[in-house]
Amino acid sequence: MASQPNVSLKSVSKEKAPVIIDRANFDALLQALKKRGYQLVGPTIHNNAIVYDTLESAADLPVGYTDRQEKGAYRLEKRSDKACFGYVMGPQSWKKYLFPNRLKLWEAQRNNGSFSITPTEPQTPRYAFIGVRPCELTAIDVLDRVLLQGSYVDPHYQARRKGIFILAVNCTEPGSTCFCASMDTGPQASKGFDLALTEVLEKKRHYFLAESGSKLGEEILREIPCQPAAEAEIDSAAKALEKAARSMGRTLDTAGIKELIADNFDNPFWDRVAKRCLSCANCTMVCPTCFCTTVEDTTELAGDKAARVRRWDSCFTLEFTYIHGGSVRQTVMSRYRQWMSHKLGRWYDQFGISGCVGCGRCITWCPVGIDITEEARALRESKKRSELK
Amino acid sequence: MEDLKKILSEHPFFRDLAPEYLEAIVGCASNARFNTNEYLFKEGQPAEKFFLIRHGLVAIETYIPGQAPLTIQTVEEGNVMGWSWLFPPHRWHFDARALELTRAIVMDGKCIRDKSEKDKVLGYELMVRFARVLQERLESTRLQLVDVYKSPKYATIFNR
Amino acid sequence: MAAMSDPMVPVIYRVEKFQKETGDTFTMELSPAEKKSVFRFKPGQFNMLYVYGVGEVPISISGDPTHPNGITHTTRAVGSVTDAMNKLKPGMAIGVRGPFGVPWPVEEAYGDDVIFVAGGIGLAPLRPALYQVLSQREKFGKVILLYGTRTPEDILYKKELENWRKRFDLEVFVTVDRATGDWRGNVGVVTRMIPRSPFDPHNATAFVCGPEAMMRFTALALMDRGMPMENICLSMERNMKCGIGLCGHCQMGVPFICKDGPVFRLPRVRHILEER
Repeated sequence: MASQPNVSLKSVSKEKAPVIIDRANFDALLQALKKRGYQLVGPTIHNNAIVYDTLESAADLPVGYTDRQEKGAYRLEKRSDKACFGYVMGPQSWKKYLFPNRLKLWEAQRNNGSFSITPTEPQTPRYAFIGVRPCELTAIDVLDRVLLQGSYVDPHYQARRKGIFILAVNCTEPGSTCFCASMDTGPQASKGFDLALTEVLEKKRHYFLAESGSKLGEEILREIPCQPAAEAEIDSAAKALEKAARSMGRTLDTAGIKELIADNFDNPFWDRVAKRCLSCANCTMVCPTCFCTTVEDTTELAGDKAARVRRWDSCFTLEFTYIHGGSVRQTVMSRYRQWMSHKLGRWYDQFGISGCVGCGRCITWCPVGIDITEEARALRESKKRSELK
Repeated sequence: MEDLKKILSEHPFFRDLAPEYLEAIVGCASNARFNTNEYLFKEGQPAEKFFLIRHGLVAIETYIPGQAPLTIQTVEEGNVMGWSWLFPPHRWHFDARALELTRAIVMDGKCIRDKSEKDKVLGYELMVRFARVLQERLESTRLQLVDVYKSPKYATIFNR
Repeated sequence: MAAMSDPMVPVIYRVEKFQKETGDTFTMELSPAEKKSVFRFKPGQFNMLYVYGVGEVPISISGDPTHPNGITHTTRAVGSVTDAMNKLKPGMAIGVRGPFGVPWPVEEAYGDDVIFVAGGIGLAPLRPALYQVLSQREKFGKVILLYGTRTPEDILYKKELENWRKRFDLEVFVTVDRATGDWRGNVGVVTRMIPRSPFDPHNATAFVCGPEAMMRFTALALMDRGMPMENICLSMERNMKCGIGLCGHCQMGVPFICKDGPVFRLPRVRHILEER
């Protein structure tokens, strides 16, 4: 195992006056959001997994459950306590709300040899995201850069993004496939939230240390029962987070990773990993930053109505690079290489940030257990070996 | 003779050839002119010469019964044509037909071979020049084989 | 946001003229179905063309940028969408999104010899640049067009080529890969014409468009002549679903072909040409 990355936790700022919300009052926070017209979406148990879905109250949270994750393995387990956010994370990311996997872009109506197009009006649903992990906050930042900060903007993402309230929950128990500390995205949220909580379970107490990150967050805190945090409580949360940072299940050495990838395009390493890869696209479907889409043009049976639907796509499919005559990336090797070198390398040049946030989903949900942290290490080592020769 | 030497020295194929070698081979050279559709040579005939094209355009063709002649390549001004004279049994493998009025210097193959036998340095010098032309033609033929412009509709079997 | 400014929503145009060019290529002139707006574009840019109910594909613009008047596209029928396009008739509607992409750097070639190397349908994306160069002819040195196609029957814009050939300020060389019968022109790949082309490689810009293999060998031949890589510009083609850098399909390494290209200087895309 490589050495642990340097972890520098942002101490909970005292100027922002963190407050304590007792577990008993936690639902009041959710209800306050509801009262303001937000639809609560967050973790709940469905089909033996944590999924993000509509919540009515804190009772819908996966209280007392956790999820054990390993390469190609995910299992829900009962906890010995009643933690509300005592799980790691499920397969889905918040992308499903901000950037739906299927979205009708427009409809066309044929009339007299011509046709007219009616675009889908961008929607701004008022979702309150409950329990956004710090790595996922960064993933949202990554999507913002891709879809809002380039030369063209995705109007649907833009509209959806506007309506979101973000309640982040820091990670005190990272999973075995987690490596946010390596990617500098967690386990503590530093920005991009309205409210950030740290869940603290002591022998006789269960409370949340809450910090606001926006005006709206502050207002919400004023509407619910809470009290200023004592020094000891702040310390207790900070300790839990420090411990979390040290107990990441995985590490990924990002030093010079962009160059490592760029310089090793023809390394036989890629063939070795490709032999195991099924090109199933699972990693891209669970990835919170994968943004590739395709469009489907359809017509109704009578032919007078047509539509274009945008849906998530994956660089692991053969059709992804199809140009007349064939696909550019014909081999699994070239497709895996595209995915990993994009995530860990080219993304920096394209969007000024890593495409990987260290959430570990691609490790857990890979049916053959390919582990991006292992592969990054193997690439580094294979380069070292070739230099020794 | 002086005229021929000047023409030879100005032709790209003999560019920068040492004057003593020019002197040596000029005796092998003669002028020729081919009218449109006139054959410079035909497949199977003895190949005892090569051509430095000075002006015009020559098609290297092959004949397929029942079809118009298939042009493999054309050779234009500044280029050289024919190397079957280099190796026994000295027979042309394709037809060469002038597509327009073509002027060329004809080099006597036997004459050049004899001089090259006598002076191996001259022989090497000429062989390098021919190898360069051969390499260009081969590469160009390979590219033609790739058939880059073919419609993908008819190409799927061979694409993979 | 106004509906029509959504870059993913096509604007309806009508086919004004439809002309067959060769066996599988055709040229369409399009004009806006509603208001008579002027379509402005730069040479080398492309549009996403939508055929009702069938789908959408990126097609380069092949008209004259100095006389904006409708949109001209020359297209080869190679798939379901372009096959459907090939069946359009004057008066019929088509969806247009664009123009998108980075143009040929024509202005940056002022003072240089300009050598256009076109292969097959690759003449279509180059034609607007040639129009622009000819409209400012005095700003350039020699202007040369090398054009290669598969057979004589595949030569695009035959009439226009004849007119260009008659000009004293433009040298046109045409070659075909295979020919029979009455073709009396050059036979051989287009790269063969590069060693003998009368341009100054140290003071020239090349605009190259054609199948990728043809562009690779063209770039090699130009470099063999001593032309710096930086002066060789290529127009790349990749799968595109959006044309605006959002769908991810066309990225090859760092660049997105749609928004960082399709026209690139060679050093920026060399890794793509070398990718195996």
